Amino acid sequence: MSEWTRPRHLPEALEILAAAPGRYRVISGGTDLMVERHLAPERRPDAWLDISGLWELQGLQITEEGLRIGAATSLEAIRRHAEVAAHWPMLAASAAVTGAPPIQNRATLGGNLCNASPAADNAPVLLAYGARLEIVHHHGTRWLPYADFHQGYRKTALQAGELLGAVWIPYPPPRSRGYFRKVGTRAAQAIAKVSIAALIEAEREGMIQCARFGMASVAAVPCALPSVSQYLAGRAVRDIAEAPVRRGVRQDIAPVKDIRSTAAYRLEIASRLVLEAIDPRAARKKEDGV
Amino acid sequence: MSLTGAPAQRDQRADSPARVDGFAKITGSALYVDDLPCAGGLFGATVRTAMAGGILQEVIFDPAMDWSDFVIVTAKDIPGVNAVKLLENDQIVLVERTFRHAGEAVVLLAHADREVLGMALKRVSLVEQLNPDPIFDIDEALQAEREMIPGNLYADYLLNRGDLAEGERRAEVVIEACLRTPAQEQLYIEPQGMLARVQANGDILVEGSLQCPYYVLDALVQCLGMDKNRLRVVQSTTGGAFGGKEDYPSMIACHAALLALKAGGRPVKLIYTRGEDLRVTPKRHPSRTLIRLGANKAGTLQFIDMDFAIDGGAYRTLSPVVLSRGVIHAPGPYKCPNIRVRGRAVATNHPPFGAFRGFGAPQSIFAMEVAMDRLAKKLGMDPAELRRKNLLRSSDVHATGEVVGADCFAHATLDVALERTHYHQRLAEYKAWNAAGHPTRKGIGLATFAHGAGFTGNGELHLASRVSLQVLAHGHVEILCSNTEMGQGAATTLVQIAAEALGLPMDSVYLAQTDTSRVPNSGPTVASRTCMVVGDLIQKAAERLLRRLREAADLPASYDAQDFAAACGRLHAAKGDALVTAHYHPPAGMLWDEQTFWGRAYASYAWATYIAEVEVDVLTLETRVLDFTAVQEIGKAVHPVIVRGQIEGGVAQGLGFALYEAVLWNARGVMANDRLTNYIIPTSADLGDIHVVLLEGGLGAGPKGAKGVGELPMDGPAPAVVNAIQQALDIDICQIPVLPEYLLERCAAKPPAQEIPTVRREY
Repeated sequence: MSEWTRPRHLPEALEILAAAPGRYRVISGGTDLMVERHLAPERRPDAWLDISGLWELQGLQITEEGLRIGAATSLEAIRRHAEVAAHWPMLAASAAVTGAPPIQNRATLGGNLCNASPAADNAPVLLAYGARLEIVHHHGTRWLPYADFHQGYRKTALQAGELLGAVWIPYPPPRSRGYFRKVGTRAAQAIAKVSIAALIEAEREGMIQCARFGMASVAAVPCALPSVSQYLAGRAVRDIAEAPVRRGVRQDIAPVKDIRSTAAYRLEIASRLVLEAIDPRAARKKEDGV
Repeated sequence: MSLTGAPAQRDQRADSPARVDGFAKITGSALYVDDLPCAGGLFGATVRTAMAGGILQEVIFDPAMDWSDFVIVTAKDIPGVNAVKLLENDQIVLVERTFRHAGEAVVLLAHADREVLGMALKRVSLVEQLNPDPIFDIDEALQAEREMIPGNLYADYLLNRGDLAEGERRAEVVIEACLRTPAQEQLYIEPQGMLARVQANGDILVEGSLQCPYYVLDALVQCLGMDKNRLRVVQSTTGGAFGGKEDYPSMIACHAALLALKAGGRPVKLIYTRGEDLRVTPKRHPSRTLIRLGANKAGTLQFIDMDFAIDGGAYRTLSPVVLSRGVIHAPGPYKCPNIRVRGRAVATNHPPFGAFRGFGAPQSIFAMEVAMDRLAKKLGMDPAELRRKNLLRSSDVHATGEVVGADCFAHATLDVALERTHYHQRLAEYKAWNAAGHPTRKGIGLATFAHGAGFTGNGELHLASRVSLQVLAHGHVEILCSNTEMGQGAATTLVQIAAEALGLPMDSVYLAQTDTSRVPNSGPTVASRTCMVVGDLIQKAAERLLRRLREAADLPASYDAQDFAAACGRLHAAKGDALVTAHYHPPAGMLWDEQTFWGRAYASYAWATYIAEVEVDVLTLETRVLDFTAVQEIGKAVHPVIVRGQIEGGVAQGLGFALYEAVLWNARGVMANDRLTNYIIPTSADLGDIHVVLLEGGLGAGPKGAKGVGELPMDGPAPAVVNAIQQALDIDICQIPVLPEYLLERCAAKPPAQEIPTVRREY
């Protein structure tokens, strides 16, 4: 049997982790780890550190700059939070399509990031919003742009003894619009074949100042689209051509064929979704129609 | 005869009493096989071949492991015949030397600790020599030089009516297509499992999750070499089956019993994990159909020519019977003078395919119905109109040569379905929608089909089913039959039929536990036969019972439950025989020639028209079912709520077949996506509304004219959905499931869309 430790306070948890770096597998909602425990009993850790009792990692706070979400906050709490829905609707949407409601009740935002699946449902949105991570250790706290968190397949920037403490998300700039879409294997209880979030900031009518993307299931890690963002920055919408955008997408992602989809589908659909996120014509048409 | 529309007008509560098994299931007190107490028992597990057929050279038990705590069984321990009893003794119970597919059982282990057992499995290694060139494809098997069996054919059938050459001469419009359907997993909620124990007197009791207790009994007799009377098979509460628990429980029962024989009196529980169940138990046969249809310009069918082949996997199991049903259903409910259907069941190195709701018919009906839409398109005719021109009517001649009687409602179902869905209006609306450049395309597609209930041809005669009713002294009546409740509602339906025939309240009648030491063989619970065939036997037994109570115990002509109980008391006091039995007799005119597929194949056909309305996202090519209408003529709905449940559930399973469920094979021919997270079935969020319309012609062979219901809903959804998508996107679809990846390939063949389609989700 594995050992199970459930500290009540964050300092206590950090002390336990610092005293025996690498010994504990950190668990909160368990919606990923319990499945793995069941399917791969040989990979069961000797010791679990259950952080679901740490009040310091719970809850959402609105600050002047934006939003701080404790890493062990459930996706259900995020999905239902009025401020999230008002200012970060893409996050409410991604939380709502993570698994299904019973999973959202247990699963945490921090767990979704630390599990480090290339298909993590909430990763694209956090990349698009430009989130920062608060990483805590017995010796202190550091901050890391979320874009630097995933370092390779299932590999994160967390060091031994560290915990993900919170996710900070700034207010989206004024005159920005978001686009989020998850293409899953079905409508619920699905793992993404492709998912995308985009935050596009327009300087003035027709001119893109900054466009930030996050995608999942199209590379070994959830990834941004630096080439596409670079191409778009400072460009008028009417000057945007399809071919360079497609080229950028091809450069920025590395889709593979796996049990859920094909590389060809992922590349094509990723390109189409990026184009749709960028193109405001439809929105204008829609407004005309109203 | 009048056709009654929908029992909505009837009192639904009176017609649809609460399920007799409902309370125990919703309160959790029902015991599934893994819940059965097993004090001091052992758990069993199976070591399996890894290669796709070959020769087993050696079994090595890790010498570093202490094996003294384990019960170990190999082929040498089989007292009887090393073959699973079914149509032919070709499937082995445990591999001794040669084997045909990956996943065949070689060594059985049992131990008191499940975790220890799990680790021990990895400490047994098999040295296998792979057969060169394993075969996983139907046409490859037909052309291969390497033969697993002669011609790689388990069965080769020909249904031939009229003169194909004459049909070809008369045809003015001809279409040709190659259509494929994949394997499909039944995905019952409860994985398979058995509990076996040797009793004090040496008799063996096997309990477990199963559909056909007498199949299991016969398999045990053969494998253990024991007398029938010393073996007892009991069905535990069964959490779904859909055909998946028709043949394979015999295998697991033999394994569990072999372990129990060596376990020194301790019971042995052999329960499959979900992954193991998905990898080794039988699924729906994949199929490949080459089809040609010819019609005159007016749309009258002149010929149907089909080459229908199914992948039987590595052993024969039920494949010839599946093939036979597929062949008979292939030409659909259409009148056509010239028909040729060649059917072949092919040997490959996949684990054997088996029974699954529809049993061959969904495969061939899919081909026929998709081809009908291709023909309509080529004729420039509405698909509904083409069907109307060709659907069978009473006194037409069916493909098997039978003259269709009064019990034919193909046109009625089509008319009702078109009206309910406002088909023609929708068709126009969707056409306009698709022309308007929206980000989605919509389509409406239909399938018309019939499904025969009960065993094919003389099958019921061979089964010679018997059902008994036993009256107890206090006036309760027990139904003794071997038919199983597996979630489908049979227990309630059978009790309801008996109670109604006896004029008793439902709670005076109950279904005895399915236990071969008590119940007679009333046949397997398959082929949509339970309500129709077994229900009819129950009704006949009830009539006989009433006659006996009148003659021997003065039951008054008009009686209530108390009078009935009093008569039962008198019968018992007089030591009269309290058990009556009814035997199956075929309906008149039930002649069938298995060689030529000529005659009356089924006692009754049920008729249906299904209509699917779909929306395809042009950007991602995901298909959503907007609305689904299932119109079915089923003779008589004995329990309308259960009937609707059967149809809604079957449609959901059929939509899974059409759009989501893809069995992916690894290089060894075993299911690779062996988890519920990557074998995708639709959730309630994926299904649109399902509208069920029941029509009751009252002419079926069952009680009050009832016919089989359960398999029909598996036949129609896939072709209806595919026809709708073909219409929406104006492309040809040749296989299911219609995954977005497949649509992307198909659409790539068309000129690329100029417009970037737009589904916006703005925040």
